[in-house]
Amino acid sequence: MLFSVNWLKKWVDIDLPVKELAERLTASGLEVDTVEPVAASFSDVVVAAITRCEAHPDADKLKVCCIDFGGSEPVQVVCGAPNARAGIKIPLARVGAVLGADFKIQKAKLRGMESFGMACSARELGLSDDHSGLMELPVDAPLGMNLRDFLELDDHAIEVELTPNRADCLSIRGLAQDVSASCNAALTVMELESVAASITDSIEVTLEAAEDCPRYVGRVLRGIDPTATTPLWMVEALRRSGIRSISATVDATNYVLMELGQPMHAFDLDRLQGNISVRRGRDGETLELLDGKQVAVGDKLLAICDQAGPVALAGIMGGLDSGVTDASNNILLESAYFNPASISGKARDLGLHTDASHRFERGVDPQGQVRAIERITGLLLDIVGGEAGPLIHAVSEQHLPVQNQVSLRHTRLTRVLGIELGEAEVTLILKNLRMSPEFKDGVWTITAPSDRFDIAIEEDLIEEVARIFGYNNIPATLPAGELNPGIVSEAQLSLQSIQQALCAAGYSEAINYSFTSRSLLSLFSMDEYVLPLANALNSDLEVMRTALLPGLMETLSRNLRRQQDRVRFFETGTVFEQKDSLTESSHVAAVACGSFMPEQWGIAGRATDFYDLKGDLESVLSLRGQTGEVEFRNVKQPWLHPGQAALVSIDGIDIGWAGSVHPSILKHLEIKGPVLAFELDVSILSKREIAYTKNISRFPSIRRDLALLVPEKINFAEIRRNVIDLSGDLLTNLVLFDLYSGQNVEKGYKSLAIGLILQNVSCTLTDEVVDSLVQNLVQGLEKRLDAQLRG
Amino acid sequence: MPVFVGEMDEGRARALWFGIVSVESVNQILEQALTEINASNELSVLDDLRVRYLGKKGEITALLKSLGAMEHEQRKAFGQAVNRAKGELAEAVSVRKQTLEEAALNNRLANEIIDVSLPGRGQQRGGLHPVTHSQQRISDIFSRLGYDIATGPEVEDDYYNFESLNFPPHHPARAMHDTFYFGDGRLLRTHTSPVQIREMMKKGAPIRVIAPGRVFRSDSDQTHTPMFHQVEGLLVGETVSMADLKGVLQTFVNSFFETSLEMRFRPSYFPFTEPSAEVDIAWDKGDGKEPGWLEILGCGMVHPNVLTACGVDSEKYVGYAFGMGVERLAMLRYGVTDLRQFFENDVRFLRQFH
Repeated sequence: MLFSVNWLKKWVDIDLPVKELAERLTASGLEVDTVEPVAASFSDVVVAAITRCEAHPDADKLKVCCIDFGGSEPVQVVCGAPNARAGIKIPLARVGAVLGADFKIQKAKLRGMESFGMACSARELGLSDDHSGLMELPVDAPLGMNLRDFLELDDHAIEVELTPNRADCLSIRGLAQDVSASCNAALTVMELESVAASITDSIEVTLEAAEDCPRYVGRVLRGIDPTATTPLWMVEALRRSGIRSISATVDATNYVLMELGQPMHAFDLDRLQGNISVRRGRDGETLELLDGKQVAVGDKLLAICDQAGPVALAGIMGGLDSGVTDASNNILLESAYFNPASISGKARDLGLHTDASHRFERGVDPQGQVRAIERITGLLLDIVGGEAGPLIHAVSEQHLPVQNQVSLRHTRLTRVLGIELGEAEVTLILKNLRMSPEFKDGVWTITAPSDRFDIAIEEDLIEEVARIFGYNNIPATLPAGELNPGIVSEAQLSLQSIQQALCAAGYSEAINYSFTSRSLLSLFSMDEYVLPLANALNSDLEVMRTALLPGLMETLSRNLRRQQDRVRFFETGTVFEQKDSLTESSHVAAVACGSFMPEQWGIAGRATDFYDLKGDLESVLSLRGQTGEVEFRNVKQPWLHPGQAALVSIDGIDIGWAGSVHPSILKHLEIKGPVLAFELDVSILSKREIAYTKNISRFPSIRRDLALLVPEKINFAEIRRNVIDLSGDLLTNLVLFDLYSGQNVEKGYKSLAIGLILQNVSCTLTDEVVDSLVQNLVQGLEKRLDAQLRG
Repeated sequence: MPVFVGEMDEGRARALWFGIVSVESVNQILEQALTEINASNELSVLDDLRVRYLGKKGEITALLKSLGAMEHEQRKAFGQAVNRAKGELAEAVSVRKQTLEEAALNNRLANEIIDVSLPGRGQQRGGLHPVTHSQQRISDIFSRLGYDIATGPEVEDDYYNFESLNFPPHHPARAMHDTFYFGDGRLLRTHTSPVQIREMMKKGAPIRVIAPGRVFRSDSDQTHTPMFHQVEGLLVGETVSMADLKGVLQTFVNSFFETSLEMRFRPSYFPFTEPSAEVDIAWDKGDGKEPGWLEILGCGMVHPNVLTACGVDSEKYVGYAFGMGVERLAMLRYGVTDLRQFFENDVRFLRQFH
């Protein structure tokens, strides 16, 4: 809502510097966005008249004017404006005038002719962009008057950003009412003058949809001058509200809209057929709107109809055929109240947003229609002339909103705000808010003004009192009350600890959008259970991600393109799978590319491989302490290298995968690779057992190293499982310290060096016991795995 | 040792004579051994000397063995001399050994000097994303104030995202939330406020909880990203007031920015709070101008309709709620000027926060 301070001051008696007014507005809930002067700064520009205008003897485009500005002597001014002519009044910047910051008007000679001042265009005065010619002032403008005084240019335009509940402030009148309360200033009473009918012409209005439109007020005007010009004061007022002047009739409707907040419409009476009814549209009905748009008017839309069908979309926009033109001599004015619920969202559905729909959606004053039609009639009779018919007033009282009666308990007010306000103070605030408060037994009872339908319950009144009292005058305290913290289980591994473990392992956290493109997911064959958005911003953000890997890979690729060659990322976040029902799971994923360690003088560099990543993953898994048996099994996943892919499980429950990203995906993303990655479901990962101490053996441990030849195809997990199984309780640890195949090892076999750490909790181990254990182990492995002790 | 010559019988004199000779020879051996020991420059040489003189077959040892064949008188003097020599030699070996060992160690240490300025080995630490880091800081501050941390689903429905939060159907306030829909009634939550509802329904009152999380709005330009992070806070109790809300938020802001910032509470509108407020802080942009007001969060007293929807007695309980944008706070805290940088994940940007 953009408005001029001077206009506001006509409605409320305030005398505040504009900066202070802006602060008050913001502090009372009408947030000020901008405060701008309504004209450029200039001095010594006066109202003047061109009394004579002749062609310049030596220049085709210049004219030599004799200009009277009410001084003793007229002055000669050379000017090039095409509309310069004798008889018009114009702004004259006299010699010595300063326009803008530093443009000084001086005596000049143009092609040999002396010029004493400058006749100005609107643009030169910062009043509009119009530079087509001189700004023409009304013929009755007083000669010699300072233009700033004449046009009241020492004014500011304030833009307030209104919250949707404050529709009452979408007009000068409404703003004035609120400012009156927040500044405790008197409202200027504007008497409502009823216009007496001078003709009997009328039109019948039927409220077929009385719930949608409980009040429709109209009036016929005949014999108007459609070509009359809008008075400058109205053009200026509209300009300062950001509205362009169009024609006198349209300008007047806009003026009343701004002044009173009531959207108005004017029909060309001669293009209406028969009487008016307000009803829902019917199947097959269409209407061409003022902006040329053709719309189907179905039964969801409320329409103003004549006998032939819809002529306007109620509360949104008029029809092109019935609109006023510069040939319309007879008009029907409309001032209606439409139920917000009937208008809400309709304009948006049609891709429209008009001043009318903006107000009707939020609600206009249901008692303001007659006031507005009287106001516009008076204005139009002054400006375009004509004869006014009687007031047309169709109303369905039962469908009009009722003014809420609301109570406010003093105790509740004190309790909610945390400060006790005096009875007199609160009463004054409520009175200034036009709520006619009555205080009895600690309770105020008020009636909400008809334009304050947002006031419905006690809390609304608490807010009203608080905002006028000033939020900033409420003290700041800290809440008392019992502290009752919920239990954060130690058995729940925090996401934070997982993130910290990955940070320590060299991974940077990335945050990618939760939506991505379907094509990216399909590249990873991860698009089977996607959940698509119905109104995606674009195809890159069209479906919810089913995994974190694709986004991380894009991030990785983007960074590699930016000359980063060793990049490690992790991400935690929600992924979405739409099967029969939607599963939202919290995942953690990581990708690593480039050297296994930062380039260093003392380490031979090599590319990160599966076991580097697995080590990082194991450090995350180790956060779980001793909980559960973790297993890595070979697996085939479309997005992973078929020979370097593992399914990760804990106690037999799969929690994710780890592996080397498939080379064909790398090629597609233009990554040289290899890229190692893992992705896990956090929910199982983050369950851990709380440690419970066992006794540590006091007796020495014994280490025995075995070199075993085992068939190539048997994986380490199986060997390990068998070693553990065959060793029994004495085995406290098992380390694999060498793995070799090739020369000196039989084909089809691999050589493993395993260290067994053996210990007994209750006695010192003897060589006999250990020897027999090892012998038994070796025999067992031979039998089960075809393993041999290497000679 | 003085040698006494006096009135002695012949036998004793003979023995003494022998003794004199023998004691002298012991001293000679001692002299020579000491010279050799002190001249030795290597531990192995020193050890050889030790063996030669003091070893099982060493010269001093041999002298000691010869004691047994001597007469009493002679044995006494000779024995003393040999034992003295043995002691002196052992001491000399030990001293020399220590000297040589020290020299050897010093020599080794001198050869082991390294360039301590060379880079160390190991992984280069990664780090948290600044948004996560800020979110954790916010959570930590409220944790210390006794708030529990709650989370909720990101795919919500109209009820939890709007209706239960007192958004009337078709209300313009809904249009302010540019919502992503799935076309079947579900939507991506536009704020973390649904978590308030879910928590209150689950736990009732009194309650003290914050809900950090991702939220979504279909808006994308220089100052908006379609996804961002919020932290929602809720406190419901029997003695809760707007003054408390102001106090808590002032405490939060002071903790987060580690300085006392001037705050301004402006009346505003949210369907789920009444009264509602937006909060600005006085922020010095460092451009030499006066600090300007900068909006950082929205808040208010929980609307009774919301309490009722969650089965909380709105007469008995009063509550406040607040919501803040994490990116916004992180931008101020760390001087990030372009919101979109957070989601480009350029490591050069991210590493600045590691």
